[in-house]
Amino acid sequence: MKKTLKHCESYQEHSKQFQELGEYLDSLQIDQRNPRRKDTLIMTLHRAQMIFGYLPEEVQLFIADRYGISHADVSGVISFYNFFTVTPKGKIQVNVCLGTACYVNGADQILAEFERILEIKAGQVSADGKFSIESLRCVGACGLAPVVTINSKVYGKVKVSQVREIIERFLTEDLEVEEVSHA
Amino acid sequence: MINLTIDGNHVSVPEGTTILEAAQKVHLDIPTLCYLKLEKSKYLNQVASCRICVVEVEGKHNLAPSCATPVFEGMKVTTNSKRVLASRRKNLELIISNHPFECLVCAKSTDCELQKLVWEFGINTQRYTGERSSHPIDKTSSALKRDPNKCIMCRRCETMCNTVQTVGALTAFGRGFHTVVTPAEKMPLAESNCVYCGQCVSVCPTAALTGVGYIQDTWAALFNPKKKVIVQVAPAVRVAIGEEFGMPPGQPVTGKMVAALRRLGFDAVFDTTFGADLTVVEEGKEIVERLERKEHLPILTSCCPGWINFLKYHFPNLDYMASTCKSPQQMTGAVIKTYYAQKMGYDPQDVVVVSVMPCIAKKYEAALPAEQTYGIRDVDLVLTTRELAKMIKEGSMDLRHLPDEEFDDPLGRSTGAGVIFGGTGGVLEAALRTVYEKVTGKELVDVNFTAVRGLAGIRETEIDLEGRTVRVAAVSGLGNTRKVLEKIESGEEKFDIIEIMACPGGCVNGGGQPYSEERDEIIEQRVRGLYHLDRGTTIRKSHLNPSVQELYTSFLGEAGSHKAHEVLHVQGLLEEEVCPEYQPQ
Repeated sequence: MKKTLKHCESYQEHSKQFQELGEYLDSLQIDQRNPRRKDTLIMTLHRAQMIFGYLPEEVQLFIADRYGISHADVSGVISFYNFFTVTPKGKIQVNVCLGTACYVNGADQILAEFERILEIKAGQVSADGKFSIESLRCVGACGLAPVVTINSKVYGKVKVSQVREIIERFLTEDLEVEEVSHA
Repeated sequence: MINLTIDGNHVSVPEGTTILEAAQKVHLDIPTLCYLKLEKSKYLNQVASCRICVVEVEGKHNLAPSCATPVFEGMKVTTNSKRVLASRRKNLELIISNHPFECLVCAKSTDCELQKLVWEFGINTQRYTGERSSHPIDKTSSALKRDPNKCIMCRRCETMCNTVQTVGALTAFGRGFHTVVTPAEKMPLAESNCVYCGQCVSVCPTAALTGVGYIQDTWAALFNPKKKVIVQVAPAVRVAIGEEFGMPPGQPVTGKMVAALRRLGFDAVFDTTFGADLTVVEEGKEIVERLERKEHLPILTSCCPGWINFLKYHFPNLDYMASTCKSPQQMTGAVIKTYYAQKMGYDPQDVVVVSVMPCIAKKYEAALPAEQTYGIRDVDLVLTTRELAKMIKEGSMDLRHLPDEEFDDPLGRSTGAGVIFGGTGGVLEAALRTVYEKVTGKELVDVNFTAVRGLAGIRETEIDLEGRTVRVAAVSGLGNTRKVLEKIESGEEKFDIIEIMACPGGCVNGGGQPYSEERDEIIEQRVRGLYHLDRGTTIRKSHLNPSVQELYTSFLGEAGSHKAHEVLHVQGLLEEEVCPEYQPQ
């Protein structure tokens, strides 16, 4: 079955989120005949991921339609960047940098320790939707290698022995701070 | 003008010319792989990804891809230094290190541009081995097959699909070694917005994109004594199939092709051109009615399934404008299984209709559930021009040495109007020849509507129907189609009749036609071949085709009758589910 915008039924369910994205797109004043209209696509995808938490197919179709570009176009851009995800991530997103500097400083063992404690592999989300782990390439903080980020917090010169403590501290202190600041 | 030297030859070219084009001026044949330029289709793939065309430019440290490097004053280029040749060779060896070595049994063997280069470079060993791409083969569609493992990332298909056709079905997905050219989200073709125009197939240098083959199914039907196997051939095939046998492009080989089909064992050899004439009469009736009532205008022709898919997926709010007539392929199939089967005393269940088409999308069209008559599929198997050429060769024949034979009666009779259906503007011209006489009641003396001929993407003109002026257009290529439909949607332009063909230049340039590296010239020659055939026929108006007249008199009643609607019109254009496949017994 061929899919078009018409076939997407989840708009109603998430209508508030689609409304927010729609308003953002309105503010960009996209000219569908401008060959350079795609220049703001990455920004829009960032915003959409902020709103939805991930970029499901119906969001991609919605964006493609508003830009007057193909779904394939949007999908190709998403697939290029590690940051974008088409599957939901956990509420607490652990990112372990595996860039060269981090890797030679033992980042693979850090990643393994997170995987062991949280009982999920990189790329997976825990059953309760609370945690997800990703590995990524270079966050631009090589001086702090090995680097781990949890949501927007950055941890430098991480040792395997600190991993459990980092998780526990994040759960008790940082998560509360985050929730307060979002409220 | 810019002056430069290439391998010591002085060349003077306009600013902006690439080294490759400048070299062609002095007959230097720099090898290319990813690069492709088709002026007639306004197609340019210049991604410089394969690095086969590299050359040395004096004073520059790096080798330059000649396809994408503009010339400058005083430039000194060397195209065959030791460094250049070594680099090209290494690049090619690296490309084939990630390519399946199954050339002997590959559908594209001997037509593959990668294979040809490897042969020309004299590479006879596999120097590099390493990680290979491993992607699933997409066989979800009844028309197109995608084998990403054979893809060399030249991006020609993407350029065709996104830039020329504006379908937007393909994208490069992922990054680095894992990149794969695929529909959005790696979804199967059958779920994507691909319209099966097949233009990607005609530019793919390897077998990453090919048509789905039905040769074996056709042989099985031919060797089945219980089946009456009847073939029909589209007009564009007869001016192209000769190329596969070393004959000049555009040379009509109708008689020899008919002889070959008869010797392959088909029980009757019919002409899709008959169906074209029938389409003109049936659609002509629709045109006259809509013109009179001034409703649902413009009427959009419905002969081309690639175009009809484009309409369904990209402009669904305009779909009421399309004619409800089946395409000539489907009309011919429907008439064979009803009228002809009845006449011959055949059970329609025992009749297998095979059609030979220049097209990939026809394979898809034949499998649609809306394309049935009284619950029976109109067309069972669709072969491309290329597939028929292979069958003729496998059947121990050389087209060049066959006698000229005639199509069988009654569905082999056609007019010049039906023949020109094979090129852009032909459907419109054929319709005008009939509509003119139906509307005015006068005889049309000069049947040539030259304003709608030619290979420009959009051709518009006004036709005087003695009191009523109709605005018509002939459009080919889906990018051009998008431009016209956007203007109709916005109300910026008004038309009465528009003919649309998905492939630039029309069916003669279909995705099922013989592969060629000189497509621009070949399209012109094939079109010329069609008009040559038209000029040579005594009857050049579809409604004067005696077999069509007889069909109406003894079977359908009159054009637009209830019976005609049952047999010749599509019931429910938007149905998507594919009807059961033909099963050989």
